[in-house]
Amino acid sequence: MNSLYYQKRLSRNIGDKLFTSLSVICALIAILPLIFLVTYILIKGGSQITPELFTLEPNPPGDDLDAGGINPALIGTLIITTIASIIAIPVGVGGGIYLAEYSKGGAFSRFIRFGVNVLAGVPSIIAGVFIYALIVSTKILFGSMYSGLAGGMALSILMLPTVIKTTDEGLKLVPNELRYASLGVGASMYTTILKVTLPSAFRSIATGVVLGIARAAGETAPLIFTALFSYYYITGFGDLFYEMGSLAVLIYNFALEPYDAQNKLAWAASFILVLSILSVNIFSRILAAFTEKTKRV
Amino acid sequence: MEEKLTLFKNRKRFGIEKNIDIIFKNTALVLSSFVAIILLGIILVVFFQSFESFSRYGLKFLVTSEWNPVKDEYGAFTAIYGTLVTSFLSLLITIPLGVGTAIFITEDFVPKVVREIIGSFVELLAAIPSVVLGLWAIFVMEPFFRAFFVFLHNFFGWIPLFSTEPTGRNSLLAILILVVMLLPIVTSIARDSLIQVPKKLRNAAYGIGASRWKTIFSVILPAALSGIMAGVLLALGRAMGETMAVTMIIGNSNAFSWSLLSPGYTISSMLANQFGEADGSQVSSLFYAAFVLMILSLVVNIFAQWLVKKFSLKY
Repeated sequence: MNSLYYQKRLSRNIGDKLFTSLSVICALIAILPLIFLVTYILIKGGSQITPELFTLEPNPPGDDLDAGGINPALIGTLIITTIASIIAIPVGVGGGIYLAEYSKGGAFSRFIRFGVNVLAGVPSIIAGVFIYALIVSTKILFGSMYSGLAGGMALSILMLPTVIKTTDEGLKLVPNELRYASLGVGASMYTTILKVTLPSAFRSIATGVVLGIARAAGETAPLIFTALFSYYYITGFGDLFYEMGSLAVLIYNFALEPYDAQNKLAWAASFILVLSILSVNIFSRILAAFTEKTKRV
Repeated sequence: MEEKLTLFKNRKRFGIEKNIDIIFKNTALVLSSFVAIILLGIILVVFFQSFESFSRYGLKFLVTSEWNPVKDEYGAFTAIYGTLVTSFLSLLITIPLGVGTAIFITEDFVPKVVREIIGSFVELLAAIPSVVLGLWAIFVMEPFFRAFFVFLHNFFGWIPLFSTEPTGRNSLLAILILVVMLLPIVTSIARDSLIQVPKKLRNAAYGIGASRWKTIFSVILPAALSGIMAGVLLALGRAMGETMAVTMIIGNSNAFSWSLLSPGYTISSMLANQFGEADGSQVSSLFYAAFVLMILSLVVNIFAQWLVKKFSLKY
């Protein structure tokens, strides 16, 4: 009779309660420091933001109380990330198109997909080491050693797997009927891809690519011995071939300085970096959720 | 009849369009093979650059911990040991926390909205650059844990792992920041694989009278195991290759010590610290160390992919 009712004292029910509270504790331990981390960065970094920050060069570390601004690093990050995108997006989208549209699941495409996964797992510093050996130490780029261009190339290696993967997966989600219809009315393969499949997968590909760019913007390890760092304004096209600062490397260098002024600059740079990366992430998530709801077919 | 034929003639695809089609296909083919070229390029370049050091020290490089640019003697044992210890210990802490959190998010303890917010928040955290985590570790985590480390040393100093006096940055802090870094990865992958377990399995287990946690332990976790394992291996690869946060907090000392409370070294932090200023045979030795790191992460990654293929359950 009683067995129909929930009995608190039953060992299975006690055990259940115990594990439930354990998992709640796990979630709390996992999430609280993370919340603390984000709020701390936003508050501590946000309090250092001034208008001069965006316009001045950083002063060389020293007893100088005024640290200056982060203008060169900010522009440098934009330039290096742009270079990386210019290299990685065409190569990645083209490669993704081949995998999704042309390959028939043979050995070659399986090998490439495997390679994409492996390349995604290569430590980011190895990309820096590779570009150092290939470009920096050989001075192959018109005799320049450390340069923004080399930094962009190192970052593009990290972006490439993300771009290929999102293109491949985005195109695979496009229903085959669209392809048949397009080929059926006499369009050639490349018109079908450029006019039908690629546009209909555009949003998911764009989301993935933007997330990849955001991730690359925060990467430091590939830049510390390819782009190095610079304290000076970027004035013209020729500066691509010289050392170039970036927000990420600025944070690394100035966090390790013993001076308070430089540390504050590092916090300010973190604020800008984290805020832009998080907002890109949140925005593309909202966009993706929105697309999913309105998707036809 | 005549008329129809000319119609067809006009409809015939132009030669130029055919050529464009072929060019387009081959361009895509070449672009996709770039991945393989880069991957092989990385392996070959790093290997050949390390050749000088490799032929000089052979495998002895892996087990000696002398790293002396003045005497030109190199051995990477401290860094390799540091890489393995920090990544494995951080994973050991992360797995229960991450999987526990993933279970919390996938079960219905709290309303769905709350769970979804927690889930996407955790995923967002994976996007925070590691250099920012390093900055945070230096200025917030290190002071916060200082007293705790002194306590660890005073009460558990007889264990070799805690045998040195804590002085600022050390390996244990590197492990903790790695935990912060790996948690989002492990949690989100574990959550994804838990969600993919079919509802039927859960209902069947409930139907024959299993309690919630009996169901989780005997049905759901085993069914999601391959996905979770792959996520764990992915996190392991990430932990081994992680550079910035670890470099900033580990203390960067090549003196070997069993203690986690003393400054240490990992391969990636050694590269980050020395690569810019190295010359001569030190560069070659650094490439050798980079090669070791690459092999380690390649093995972990390939194993993860194999695991997913081999053990992914199909329903």
